[in-house]
Amino acid sequence: MSEQTLQLPKHQPVWNHQRTAWSILIFAISIALFKGVLPAGFVRLPDGLVIPFADGINAAFAFLRDDLGLIHVTRAFADMVEWLLNVTGNLLYGKNRWPRIGPIPWTVIASIGFVVGYALQGWRLSLLTGGTFVWIAVMGQWKWAMETLSVIVVAAPFSILFGLVMGVLAWKSRRVEAVMNPVLNIAQSLPHFAYMIPVVVFIGVGPKAGAIVTIIFSVPPMIRMSLLGLRKVPEEVIESGHMCGATRWQLLRHVRIPTARTEILVGVNQVIMQCLAMVVLASFIGMPGLGQKLLQLLQSLKIGRSAEIGITIVLLAVVLDRCTKAWATKQPAHFEKGTPYVVRNKFLLIGVVSAVLFLALAQVFPILDQIGRRQAFTISKPIDAIADWIIVLIDPITQWLRWFLITWVLIPIRDGVLWLPYISVLALLAALGWAIGGLRSAAICLAFFGLIALSGWWDRAMITVYTVMVSVVIAACIGFPLGIWGSFTPRRSSAALLICDTLQTFPSFIYLIPVVMLFGVNDVAVVGAVVLFAAVPLVRYTIEGLRQVPETLIEAADMSGATQMQTLWHVRLPMALPTIMVGVNQSTMFSLFMVIIAAFIGTQDLGQEMQRALSSTDVGKGLVLGLAVAFMGLMVDHLTTTWAHRKKQALGLI
Amino acid sequence: MITRVLTTTTAAVLAMSAAHAADSSDPIIIPTHNWSSQIVMSHVVGQIFESMGNSVEFVSTDSQAVYESVRLGDVTLELEVWEGAFGKSFNEALSKGGLHDAGGHNAVTREDWWYPMWTKEACPGLPDWEALNACAAVFATPETGDKGRFLGGPVDWLKHDAERVEALGMNFTVVNAGSASALWAEVAAAEKTKRPVVIFNWTPNFAEAVWPGEFVEFPTWVEGCDKDPSVGPNPNATYDCGNPATGYLKKAVWDGMEGKWPAAYSTLTKISFTNPQIAEMAKLVDIDELEPEDAAAEWLASNEAVWKPWTQ
Repeated sequence: MSEQTLQLPKHQPVWNHQRTAWSILIFAISIALFKGVLPAGFVRLPDGLVIPFADGINAAFAFLRDDLGLIHVTRAFADMVEWLLNVTGNLLYGKNRWPRIGPIPWTVIASIGFVVGYALQGWRLSLLTGGTFVWIAVMGQWKWAMETLSVIVVAAPFSILFGLVMGVLAWKSRRVEAVMNPVLNIAQSLPHFAYMIPVVVFIGVGPKAGAIVTIIFSVPPMIRMSLLGLRKVPEEVIESGHMCGATRWQLLRHVRIPTARTEILVGVNQVIMQCLAMVVLASFIGMPGLGQKLLQLLQSLKIGRSAEIGITIVLLAVVLDRCTKAWATKQPAHFEKGTPYVVRNKFLLIGVVSAVLFLALAQVFPILDQIGRRQAFTISKPIDAIADWIIVLIDPITQWLRWFLITWVLIPIRDGVLWLPYISVLALLAALGWAIGGLRSAAICLAFFGLIALSGWWDRAMITVYTVMVSVVIAACIGFPLGIWGSFTPRRSSAALLICDTLQTFPSFIYLIPVVMLFGVNDVAVVGAVVLFAAVPLVRYTIEGLRQVPETLIEAADMSGATQMQTLWHVRLPMALPTIMVGVNQSTMFSLFMVIIAAFIGTQDLGQEMQRALSSTDVGKGLVLGLAVAFMGLMVDHLTTTWAHRKKQALGLI
Repeated sequence: MITRVLTTTTAAVLAMSAAHAADSSDPIIIPTHNWSSQIVMSHVVGQIFESMGNSVEFVSTDSQAVYESVRLGDVTLELEVWEGAFGKSFNEALSKGGLHDAGGHNAVTREDWWYPMWTKEACPGLPDWEALNACAAVFATPETGDKGRFLGGPVDWLKHDAERVEALGMNFTVVNAGSASALWAEVAAAEKTKRPVVIFNWTPNFAEAVWPGEFVEFPTWVEGCDKDPSVGPNPNATYDCGNPATGYLKKAVWDGMEGKWPAAYSTLTKISFTNPQIAEMAKLVDIDELEPEDAAAEWLASNEAVWKPWTQ
């Protein structure tokens, strides 16, 4: 095995595209060098060639909405969602709507949390689940958290059901799958704001719009996971289903879906995580709750209190993640025949009894019913004090860093990227594509960026490219060493992964204010915010890649007398490289999402235009900008996966 | 909870019997945005409506996109239409139809270049704009070179700061922040080291309570300054003056409100807040750290004489 895997890539016929790639590269460079003497049409796309995609999209939307009357359909759907939201809203936070019995006292929900956690996994999960609800109540965030949950408990089931149905359809028909795949690819790389504008047009604003944008955002992973699960069902299982005389529906309902349970539940888990990721962003179009409060608090610079809400969102995410995972891995319990009802359903009974008990107690002791903001506890003061102290303490360093990065790194690179003629950039990308994946990849790169050029947003797109590029490089300088350091012992890696998870679930908006306080409104702050996000997947995948290297290879290296450094450089890193590239890919995706959000600091890129499109509800412009961002992501995705695939082939991993 | 069921039913019955105005029982939907005075004012007005027996709901929306929602009746009204910031969106929506002007507040709005007090130590000649220009070097940063840096609001607020710098021949570069929070974060950071800054700011606003400061005095606004080059000190340029120091603050309302909630509509048209009242509302939230609902209740309790007559 080792003989095969340790073959060097240059013996493989993978890089025979290099000559073509080099010649395209030389073409790109010569265009750039002769920029001065070339006609202006080579430097920037002539205005006459810009295709007004936005007008076309707007016309199409106007047609759909008014002439085809789609708005009645969407509004009817929205009304149904709204009715459900009113019910959950009444139960959870006492919105004045049918059935007018809420809000449920916080102790009831917390006690159910304790029981559910225990039933799913044991006392650890029980403490986590119940403890989270206690934290929310004690911090005086109960109402906001329930506003958020009231939307999630409506949105998540819709996503799950819709995703499952679409997954089954795609599994049944190759044609549906062929259409769905590219749509899902684009949908998953579109920036969130691009989704919101059509939702505002078709649905309006408010909790229902928040719920619907959350549904749209969280559906794709569910479709993918159900499809994957259904594909993996073994023939033997289906055979046995046939033998029992199951109809097609019974086969699907009782054989295929239960067998695909694990994948489907992973999909459910993904849906819930995506719902929580939308909590803050959806508040731009009226989703109430934690996200909205967080934005208000950030607006008046209450960092401590917004951090409290951030912690709550992380805790909720962790609880829901652990609970669904526990549910996914838990095998259905089997009881001996004749086990009494009480034993079989002990958790249900304990839950009901404690709920009734606390319901009764809450009538007597109001504190067990609701905790007002004035009675609540807060840790915002120490957080604010620490933040202040750090900002003043490291001020000399940040001033220097700001000066250094702006004068020597950011401004030169930005000017360079903007100076390049668009033909050069396209040729550079084609060369890169050709080197990695031959003609097909070159054509894909050209098509994606060619469309961006045709859309007329070239300069802004280049600023986005430059920000993402710089951020990913800086993130790599931080992320790789951290990842390598973290991979040495299991304890370090679990600590590093925990930090990664927390950073990733912590609402990204909270980072924006501290970076502005540290660096001021400029590109350094933008890059700083993006780097925080972009470093996370790099650390994660570096650790995972390095830890997955087969023990036998490392032993072999040890036996040939390699030092630890030699093993790292010549065995572990090359073997882990394909996985690390997945990290680079993810890191680029995260940067693209974050750079759009960083428009709130102040940028001159696509994100700023996207923000404007959202406030003027310009669907066409928003979608064109969103697609431009998505195309960048898809191109990077294509290049890294092709590269990793070939590398894996070369290493004999597949 | 059972007691609550009973109390809500009794309350509903009482409210129904007491309903003399023919206001619809559907909730009046009030939009809230991302600055505190507007949120508290929305809750104040909401609680006034509730005291009249109406039901009220709040929804958070974008402050520019809201006019489209008012026009369609998705939200019922908008309580703070700033001349400078939202005049354009408001006028566009007016011309499309579906909403109208429900009268102005007593308060006036001003939006212009502004500095926190500690800046005056580094540049004693302030608030005069020529004095500001003379000490431009104090405001220089790495990205602006030896020119001073003025931090403006988001580009889509269309404040023409760059044109003004050009027209008045100022030694400043305009940098645009992406959101109001970025402006405040910059001032808060500057405060820690007492670094001089000049930013875009407006009144009434919570910032004046947190950081005392002053507006820069530019050549006074004259009608036509933004269109006619000959108006203002520079005969060859437009925007060679400050922004109007007394902009309007209006209320916008959906056309359908008058028919659906006549009593509430009549109250709305009478509502008019003054600058100190608005600043007080913002202060209750931003300085005293009350929740907007509690701040509104507190304000109503201590200002009955102000708002009771509006409900008559």
